[in-house]
Amino acid sequence: MENKTCFHCGDDCGSHPITFQDKSFCCNGCKTVFEIFNENDLTCYYDLQNSPGAIPKEIEGKYDFLSQENIIEKLTEFRDGSVEIATLYIPHIHCSSCIWILENLNKLNPGISDSQVNFGKKTVRVTYNSDTTNLKAVVLLLSAIGYEPYISLDDFNSGKKHINRSLIYKLGVAAFGFGNIMFLSFPEYFEVNEFWLEQYKPLFRWLMFAMSLPIVFYSAQDYFISAYKGLKAKILNIDVPIALGVSVLFIRSTVEITFDMGSGFFDSLAGLIFFLLTGKFFQQKTYEFLSFERDYKSYFPIAITKIDKDGNENSIQVYDIEKGDRILIRNEELIPIDGILINGKAKLDYSFVTGESQTVSKQSGDKLFAGGKQTNGVIEMEALKSVEQSYLTQLWSNDVFNKNKEDGFTNITNTISKHFTIAILTIAFIATSFWLFVDSSKAMNVFTAVLIIACPCAIALSAPFTFGNLLRIFGKQKFYVKNASVIEQLAQINTVIFDKTGTITSNKDSSAEYDGELLSDSENIVLKNSLRGSNHPLSRTLYTILEENNIVTLDTFEEHIGKGIEAKHNAVNMKIGSASFVGNPNTSALLNTTVHVSSNNIYKGKFTFYNSYRKGVSKLFNQLKKHFDLVILSGDNEGELENLKKLLPAKTKLIFNQKPEDKLEFIKYHQSEGAKVLMIGDGLNDAGALAQSDVGIAISEDVNVFSPACDAILDASKFKQLYSYIQASKSAIKIIKWSFVLSFFYNIIGLYFAITGQLEPVVAAILMPLSSISIVIFTTIATNFLGKKLE
Amino acid sequence: MSVIYILLTVSVVIGVAFFVIFIMAVKSGQYDDDYTPSVRMLFEDELVKEPTNTSKQTKTD
Repeated sequence: MENKTCFHCGDDCGSHPITFQDKSFCCNGCKTVFEIFNENDLTCYYDLQNSPGAIPKEIEGKYDFLSQENIIEKLTEFRDGSVEIATLYIPHIHCSSCIWILENLNKLNPGISDSQVNFGKKTVRVTYNSDTTNLKAVVLLLSAIGYEPYISLDDFNSGKKHINRSLIYKLGVAAFGFGNIMFLSFPEYFEVNEFWLEQYKPLFRWLMFAMSLPIVFYSAQDYFISAYKGLKAKILNIDVPIALGVSVLFIRSTVEITFDMGSGFFDSLAGLIFFLLTGKFFQQKTYEFLSFERDYKSYFPIAITKIDKDGNENSIQVYDIEKGDRILIRNEELIPIDGILINGKAKLDYSFVTGESQTVSKQSGDKLFAGGKQTNGVIEMEALKSVEQSYLTQLWSNDVFNKNKEDGFTNITNTISKHFTIAILTIAFIATSFWLFVDSSKAMNVFTAVLIIACPCAIALSAPFTFGNLLRIFGKQKFYVKNASVIEQLAQINTVIFDKTGTITSNKDSSAEYDGELLSDSENIVLKNSLRGSNHPLSRTLYTILEENNIVTLDTFEEHIGKGIEAKHNAVNMKIGSASFVGNPNTSALLNTTVHVSSNNIYKGKFTFYNSYRKGVSKLFNQLKKHFDLVILSGDNEGELENLKKLLPAKTKLIFNQKPEDKLEFIKYHQSEGAKVLMIGDGLNDAGALAQSDVGIAISEDVNVFSPACDAILDASKFKQLYSYIQASKSAIKIIKWSFVLSFFYNIIGLYFAITGQLEPVVAAILMPLSSISIVIFTTIATNFLGKKLE
Repeated sequence: MSVIYILLTVSVVIGVAFFVIFIMAVKSGQYDDDYTPSVRMLFEDELVKEPTNTSKQTKTD
């Protein structure tokens, strides 16, 4: 049978596609979405892009909290009378079809009057009439068509977000001043000694002066502030010579026009600040839809179901949970607080917290920790602490999360500018003293001229443009880096530490090995079919691993929770589950996760589960081992030790049973020994380690949703490319060094004019923009070349 | 008086006017999203079918 792809989501339809209007669908969800669109004349959705949709998820009861007044209040950005506006984050937005359908929501729900998508931020801003519809209905509609919004505790405090646009304003002011000053200084360039030009020269000059005021005092203020802070902390950063150059340019130009000595350098001054701000703007453009600062708030639900004394269920805000409250956790819900299990069978997936991939069973009376995800139906629990006091949230009170990594790091520009500033000041003083003896009238001019021409505009530009461009190239390759300084730090790494589960192993597919007597065909059929009916995570995994078999109806099927499954078909009676359940004689305590099988009370064998490692792990480690110390730091037990030893180079350190704090301390210790650590992890359990390391990279299967606080996010599919990214960062540093050489070359030419006392405004006007622009062109071409090599 | 004063005034006023418009544009959020509008513009070209009953209903609201 030929497998078709789903018309809606593009997935493989398997052997039993659902056919509707001559189109195949992989599941009922996809078909339903198509039907909705079809009924409402919205099939244009599929014309714009092939199979753009996502399978809608089951959402029973999940959004009940959205009918609560105080929660709506927090989530909406505008509420007045019957009009409400809410902005929702939708991770699935990925193509123009998504924009189209989300902006046509009013055709699906007449209560919605307007919806606007911001593609960059992956948000949709919905305006609706609260008399005819409500927030819950809007969210349910979005979920039903496959665009489920992501609402977490993080959204709680941010109904209205403040957007900082000051850099655009500053750039606008500088561009305005630059353009007009250039225009006004034209007569000066050509030095036409015409009568009326001579007559109006002062007017032109004072106009230029007036235009330069907002540039110096508004657009350039960040440089002065940063230089002042740097000097206060006794650091000669790049902003010191820039601030010095800007003030000297401004003061000398003002003095010149006041005493009618010349036209000043207002054009160069405006140009310099304009170029510098352009560089800053370029560097600031990162990926708006990704959050690098996630803490537990991004994972936790916003509301939870509380059961009061009379047994009524109410949605309450997570922050309002008090000690002693009885709360209800539904299947697939995250436990937001530490507590005690009261009712129901808990099977918790703690992979967020510990990195351990298998679920943990808990009995009534056991302690449950925040961050676990319930996977086995509904449970009731009693809260022992409030949200802020829970174990997981306590991790975030660790100092590492309040530390700004950039503070302690001297970047390449600052290192060079330190020597640069000292050299320039020395040259300026020597040249000035020389001219004091030769021709004292020129001495002051030479002193200022040196400081003007040496203003390190080109040096200040090369790093932002190189890193900015590389950030963009990395982004295209699905390696999202927070900011430029991360690339610099990445180039200096000497130790690479990996988390195991979820990082070098894939969460999605693990493999199983069968050990024991061969099963007959009929036994295989029963095995496969009984697994099909079970919801246990291991059954699910095993089911997908085993080969396809015919679907039969079992005679009996019984699931013993916590033990295993018993199923009967024709003459075969099978037991699948724990060793004691199937009657295995030797129940040796094994570290591995196993599922045992017996047929008609005869023990057959066991399936042992192994983590499945990401493709290219071995190759990547072999590439890395030549240049870095490699460590695996895992929260898991040592079950995989032998496997890992076979897979990885011999000198890799393997450390197991690490709690989140242990990982953090391990990195701290090595840093104190002088190591520059790159940490690669995934879950919340690595959050502390990622924050402590020099560079923390989060591996993510879905970059939109799950990644802890980190410096960079790497798409799981690009894991094997890691080494080439590190190499590219190193090459970027080389590019910057070369552009420094280039700019020194310009500075030497300029200094020749300055020292010999012949710096005319026209020389400055040509040399300064020329050096800046050529540096930008050089770094852009070089980084693009680097990007080509990455592909 | 010379015409140059008038010319200068005109040029500066135009410059300032453009600058003010720019500030207003930034304030209105025009520069916050630089991708979606370019796609949105193209949706105007979609085929308009004869309105069916369902879509008539929705449009009356």
